[in-house]
Amino acid sequence: MKIQVWTLIKTYTIMVYVFMFAPILVVLLLAFNSSQFGGFPIEGFSFRWFIKLYENEAIMRAFRTSLLLGSLTAIISTTLGILAAIALVRYEFRGKNLITTFLITPILVPETVLAVGLLIFLRWLHMPRSFGLLLLGHCIIALPFVVLVVQARLVGIRRDYEEAAQSLGASPLQTFFEVTFPLMLPAVFAGALFAFTISFDNITATAFWRPSGMETVPTQIFGMLRNSVSPEINALGFVMICITVGLPLLAGGLARYYSRKKI
Amino acid sequence: MQSNEHKTDRRPWVLLSPSLLAITLLVVIPMAFMLVYSFYENIDLAVDRVAFQFGNWNEVATDSYYHTAIWKTLRLSIIVTVLAAVLGYIPAYFIAMTKFRDKWLLLLLLILPFWISFIIRTLSWIHIFGNQGALNGLFQFLGLIDAPLSLMYNEFTVIIGFIHVFLPYMILNIYVSLEGIDENLEPAARTLGATPWQAFREVTLPLSAPGLAAGCLLVFVLTGGSYVTPLILGGPNDFLFGNLIYDAIISELNWPMGATLSFTLLLLLGLVVVLYSRLMGLNQLSKAFK
Repeated sequence: MKIQVWTLIKTYTIMVYVFMFAPILVVLLLAFNSSQFGGFPIEGFSFRWFIKLYENEAIMRAFRTSLLLGSLTAIISTTLGILAAIALVRYEFRGKNLITTFLITPILVPETVLAVGLLIFLRWLHMPRSFGLLLLGHCIIALPFVVLVVQARLVGIRRDYEEAAQSLGASPLQTFFEVTFPLMLPAVFAGALFAFTISFDNITATAFWRPSGMETVPTQIFGMLRNSVSPEINALGFVMICITVGLPLLAGGLARYYSRKKI
Repeated sequence: MQSNEHKTDRRPWVLLSPSLLAITLLVVIPMAFMLVYSFYENIDLAVDRVAFQFGNWNEVATDSYYHTAIWKTLRLSIIVTVLAAVLGYIPAYFIAMTKFRDKWLLLLLLILPFWISFIIRTLSWIHIFGNQGALNGLFQFLGLIDAPLSLMYNEFTVIIGFIHVFLPYMILNIYVSLEGIDENLEPAARTLGATPWQAFREVTLPLSAPGLAAGCLLVFVLTGGSYVTPLILGGPNDFLFGNLIYDAIISELNWPMGATLSFTLLLLLGLVVVLYSRLMGLNQLSKAFK
């Protein structure tokens, strides 16, 4: 009886995982479909849509915009987030709980509302939509996530190392750059990667903030979706999944491989 | 070291100030401006007049069009939340309780969707339910139908799209609280004579309630605030409150109305968050990151 229930739970779990991944696998599969339509049936194997994708100037421009936006967002929000996370983990001060809640307000405000608010503020300032607005907006959306991720990792770094360095005569700045920062590096990477992904993926707020004529990858895809899914979108989906899933997995795998080798 | 740790230590505030400044400037002040703007008067496309009048608020309060949108949004958010909880609890329980050696793989697969583009995940359902989708392809291959069935662009596909995107949040939150439960408790209940189902219902389920509640809050608020999924997977009647905001700002260029609607959405969803934090506290939400 007990075994049966467990089997049921296991089957159910597998089905939920299938539900989560089957549609994504279909996109990956259809990217190689030689048919001129984006859907089924599959007529043959072909790379033609990847070539078409590369030749599509609008998509490539959107891609470059998204890469730049994501990288800048990662740099800015990770810098701010690390400073805030250090303050929260390493210091005791009054009103810490309130500050923690305040730091996650951008998550608590619905993104649509966040987008409209910032847009109206800029309108009042008589500033048109710009790349700068997009960048500031993306940073503020990513910031709370960076703080949470870095904070969670930072808790695990013991203070003994810093104290040892200081007792051996290192100045506070030396201690930070030669002891604390290298120890924090995985947290920094995790935060930056998260921020990049959030920016690269964002459409809800981006659709409000982007200046006319500027497209990011998600808004470009959204604009192309009016009638049906074009085969180029499948190919683009394949490339995006390779970048956002493949690269971190590869990096994680390599890191694991080398850390094992050392031992 | 000791002497530095006085009450008046300024260092944490120096470290915090860029973030606090950014949030104040880009979130708090804009919200205040949004409220001010909701009293302005719309004159023409993208033209509005500084005023203090309740016309926009009056329209939102009395026009049944907006009421319908609020009910639709509430209804859909509840459906998505309940279905996500039902679909998500059992996998979370499995991952937490399994003795499976490669449990990390299940967890990795759970985090993976967060890295995959939201819009790709959403449009992938067109490949399942669309006219050229997998289901229609299969039916035609089997000779069950001659022409493709119209399965897309309805409320069902919108719900599926939402659940697909938000389910990992739910599973992760439930998993975190299940993982924190002392694993001896359920066997202890069993030795005291409880049936497996009783042990689960009276020990494990209540102890995992905080994670379940956090997952439900996230899914509810995320669904209630969105507008992109109905545009991709829904028909003309499948709009949410967020779609009215998008239309007001982007299509009609009616900024004061857009501000009023946005503030309404903020109040409605804010009410849910406040109710939740009164009951549960906000700490549970950040646990999923650890």
